[in-house]
Amino acid sequence: MHEMGIVLHLAKTLDQTAEEHKLKAIGKVVLQVGEVSGIMTELFTDAWDYFKLRHPVLKESELVLETIPAVTWCDSCKQTYETVKYGRECPYCGSGETWLLRGNECIIKEIEAE
Amino acid sequence: MDYKIIDVKERVLADNERCAAETRSALAERGVLLVNLMGSPGAGKTSVLLQLIKRLGAQYRIGVMEADVDSDVDARTVAEAGAKVIQLHTGGLCHMDADMTARGLEALGVGDLDLIFLENVGNLVCPAEFDVGAGLRMMILSVPEGDDKPLKYPLMFRVSDVMLVNKLDAAEVFDFDLDAAAARARALNPDIEIFPVSAKSGEGFDALADWLAKRLEERRRGL
Repeated sequence: MHEMGIVLHLAKTLDQTAEEHKLKAIGKVVLQVGEVSGIMTELFTDAWDYFKLRHPVLKESELVLETIPAVTWCDSCKQTYETVKYGRECPYCGSGETWLLRGNECIIKEIEAE
Repeated sequence: MDYKIIDVKERVLADNERCAAETRSALAERGVLLVNLMGSPGAGKTSVLLQLIKRLGAQYRIGVMEADVDSDVDARTVAEAGAKVIQLHTGGLCHMDADMTARGLEALGVGDLDLIFLENVGNLVCPAEFDVGAGLRMMILSVPEGDDKPLKYPLMFRVSDVMLVNKLDAAEVFDFDLDAAAARARALNPDIEIFPVSAKSGEGFDALADWLAKRLEERRRGL
């Protein structure tokens, strides 16, 4: 359900970007979403389609979501592994001393605008 | 149509984090401690506040912001206990963000307060994602929810400074294993402070109130 909150922030940021760059309309919005960011992409797109209508500059926009694969670093054996497949425990040495390197992001990569 | 591409490369919640940082430094300058109190619906957030107001209310000026999707039942209860209260409605949102909190603080007025609690919307997921600018993040895990919750909602346990295990008086009924819950929380967050309490009997609240008072004194000395 926090998708709605994140969409509100996204719309606000894009409104500001449009003002800064004197944009009339924003077309494509490319968002990079980490695999374990907890964002449900379908819900997110639904929320976007609802909220964009309230922002004149975003009315015609299309949201494109790119997934950033999640990667975990094992501090014990100094290797990386796929987070989603193996979770918190290192598949090589079984250690729990592991840290998420990437996969938790939600970044506006670029926009197309006129 | 003539389109150009603009590189934005900004985290979506960057504006929230900026706003939270402003709130945090403004409150730190005044020596005011804001506590973001989080937990599931029914975990006992309001009852915990009542116990803390009872113990700290004579010594410190306490303010409470009650955030709910709707209604003002909690605000009334807390106001009767003697704290300065405002009710915030999130308008359907499942959490408070930094901007809503900043506006809430303005409406509450922080000039005559030492300690402020934000009672966040009952939810173990979304409030963990949004920094509101609090000096302390306190979450409540209540016994009936089960000792496995750190496994299911890891982010909440990772971002919290303090975990209260509430409704301890009912631990036997629910087969709640306090040691297991504490170990699971510490696996996610080795520095988390854990206080087993019962808002019903008052057990554990003297220790918690002393600990909070120490944090507030540190804040006032600018530590």
